[in-house]
Amino acid sequence: MSISVKEVSGISEQEADERRKTPDYLDQLEAEAIYIMREVAGQFERPALLFSGGKDSITLVRLAQKAFAPGKIPFPLVHVDTGHNFIEAINYRDELAESLGAKLVVRYVEDTIKAKGLKEQTGKNASRNWLQTFTLLDTIEEFEFDACIGGARRDEEKARAKERIFSFRDEFGQWDPKRQRPELWNLFNGRISKGENVRVFPISNWTELDVWAYLKREKIALPSIYFAHERELILRDGHLLNNTPVIEKDENDQIVTRTVRFRTVGDMTCTAAVESNAATLDEVIAEITVSRISERGETRIDDQQTEAAMEDRKKGGYF
Amino acid sequence: MDLLRFITAGSVDDGKSTLIGRLLYDTKNILADQMEAIERASKSRNVGEIDLALLTDGLRSEREQGITIDVAYKYFQTPSRKFISIDAPGHIQYTRNMVTGASNADLAIILVDARHGVVEQTRRHSLIASMLGIPHVIVAINKMDLIGNSEDGYLQIAQAYKELAEKLNIKDLTIIPVSALNGDNIVDRSENMPWYTGETLLTMLETVNVLKDQNQDDARFAVQYVIRPQTEELHDYRGYAGRIQSGTFKKGDAVKVLPSEQESKIAKIEFGGNEIDSASVLESVTILLEDDIDISRGDSIVSLNNSPVISQDLEAIVCWMDDKKTLKAGNKYVLQHGTSRSRCSVRDIEYQIDINSYEKLDEVESLKLNDVARIVLRTAQPIAYDPYQKNRANGAAILIDETSNVTVGACMIE
Ligand SMILES: Nc1nc2c(ncn2[C@@H]2O[C@H](COP(=O)(O)OP(=O)(O)OP(=O)(O)O)[C@@H](O)[C@H]2O)c(=O)[nH]1
Ligand SMILES: [Mg+2]
Repeated sequence: MSISVKEVSGISEQEADERRKTPDYLDQLEAEAIYIMREVAGQFERPALLFSGGKDSITLVRLAQKAFAPGKIPFPLVHVDTGHNFIEAINYRDELAESLGAKLVVRYVEDTIKAKGLKEQTGKNASRNWLQTFTLLDTIEEFEFDACIGGARRDEEKARAKERIFSFRDEFGQWDPKRQRPELWNLFNGRISKGENVRVFPISNWTELDVWAYLKREKIALPSIYFAHERELILRDGHLLNNTPVIEKDENDQIVTRTVRFRTVGDMTCTAAVESNAATLDEVIAEITVSRISERGETRIDDQQTEAAMEDRKKGGYF
Repeated sequence: MDLLRFITAGSVDDGKSTLIGRLLYDTKNILADQMEAIERASKSRNVGEIDLALLTDGLRSEREQGITIDVAYKYFQTPSRKFISIDAPGHIQYTRNMVTGASNADLAIILVDARHGVVEQTRRHSLIASMLGIPHVIVAINKMDLIGNSEDGYLQIAQAYKELAEKLNIKDLTIIPVSALNGDNIVDRSENMPWYTGETLLTMLETVNVLKDQNQDDARFAVQYVIRPQTEELHDYRGYAGRIQSGTFKKGDAVKVLPSEQESKIAKIEFGGNEIDSASVLESVTILLEDDIDISRGDSIVSLNNSPVISQDLEAIVCWMDDKKTLKAGNKYVLQHGTSRSRCSVRDIEYQIDINSYEKLDEVESLKLNDVARIVLRTAQPIAYDPYQKNRANGAAILIDETSNVTVGACMIE
């Protein structure tokens, strides 16, 4: 299922009008996110939108389109490419950037590894997830970005549940959870000194289900891997990983063919698929509504390593 | 379906985090893997039973110390409503984080430990809830299990709280006896307190009317950003992007731009690039005017015959939040109000409010962390404000330290 540019441009005028008569929580969340996007454009000189090709950043792009229509999105889309991404997500990224006429900046973890002589993890659970931070911080420095908009949600993870919408980072990109700035009403304080930056999370208050409901409402097409398809996978410790050369296998791994979809789309080395026959947005929403397992719990292997894995990554400059 | 944002407040260990955990647990909003993680963490801390507070206490140092340090946001849903729950810390040291969470709340649940009754932090948080104009307050007298579910014990504390509330401005107050630990009167009615005939906490949260809390009368719009595509087809397009702070705007409305006071009419309102007829409070839209006037970020558009106050002299209640520096007369800050920023200086500290008696203390030299006071400010540029108690969106402001860039004060303009 490839994306069509027409579909991204959204709903009819009449439909939009109809919806506005019954304001509900999705409208409120949307209005809040648009407000935050505009604060970024108004308060910073060189903002960027971190775009991964996943559903949360696709939602961000849609919100940015709406925030600045009929103008273009006034900041570039930036992707930190681990080299271990799903090809479907990469293709989607390129098509979307082109259809929007937006500037797309891609920086590769591979290049950072070479330039800095970084040591990659080895072994069967090796992941470049942690190394992304180096590339991100270098990219921020290279373009002197003072604000980076990200698609993190507070419902994803317990450290994220604590983070401000304007999350101040020092010159090393570090988050200090014990010294967060007060954030009062909707008066966001984006004042920083040179070298520091702010990570901004417009969909902080959205849940996974809200994102899906919004994608449906806005008729936004997604990369095909979000929907049920047959695929060859590695079955490891109960998780189904994409069978790709970038994941090292051993004799305990089983290669299986299953009908799956991805609930999150991140680095292939740490994002697991879920078995599913849900082939449409409605079917996916129906499945998630009754699911008793959280998004990251089901699909993210990187969080399960220690109790405070996300908090520690954020302190080190991660999204 | 609509949305309710509520905060839990009250003193250390009164059971705020446990209460949120319980609400989520009893409404079946804790997922299986999250529950397992809480079980694992509870076991590794040797806290006999499952500690539901671990659901919100997600930071390493919070779990080590068994306290809440910063606000946590949790999301849940029942058939009738969506909820954003905000779990605040009880420690006095982290009051500014509580204020952060409370500033956006529609409702506050103030917990009181039934063994201790009303204590200093109960008073402090109640004062903050009242100053912030949180429209609905529910006082949950918690740990009823530890006082034998005694009705007398409950009535005494309820009486003490009502006396306190009389000195405050709380529009809608309800008091309820609960046990967060056991789930009594949280989602299910308690069999241990048959004498209580009121609603359960969840029913209150589901039925409180938040729609009428917004200011629907005074049309206010702060310009965040000017959209100028400068393409061939949209050569002359100038759209003012912002969120309606209060009231309603319609196509054709006569308006005034502040602080310049130039007059014009609304030519068009757009949302996401499509034209709409009108826009009301909380909507993020783009406004186009009939006349070509100079407008930039920080200006406001308001209705022509209903104007806010425009002045460089302000009086405000301030909650001071800097743990390093004090606020003194003569100090200079940046005042952020709506989308405008202006330098300002503190002319005077009129009085400080005593947290326990709510009495006014005169002749105060300086304010330290968590002090609440009324101050007089002089701004470099005129500010177009409404009194906070009449219009939360256009009466709120923050003070920013010019050197550290940190937010150091929450101001409610009077
Ligand atoms: N017996 C009894 N214990 C309770 C009840 N509610 C909470 N507790 C216990 O009180 C202690 C403190 O609970 P928390 O929920 O962490 O308190 P808190 O108000 O969130 O504390 P801070 O966030 O640090 O201010 C824990 O040991 C809870 O198990 C209750 O209804 N009955
Ligand atoms: Mg707590």
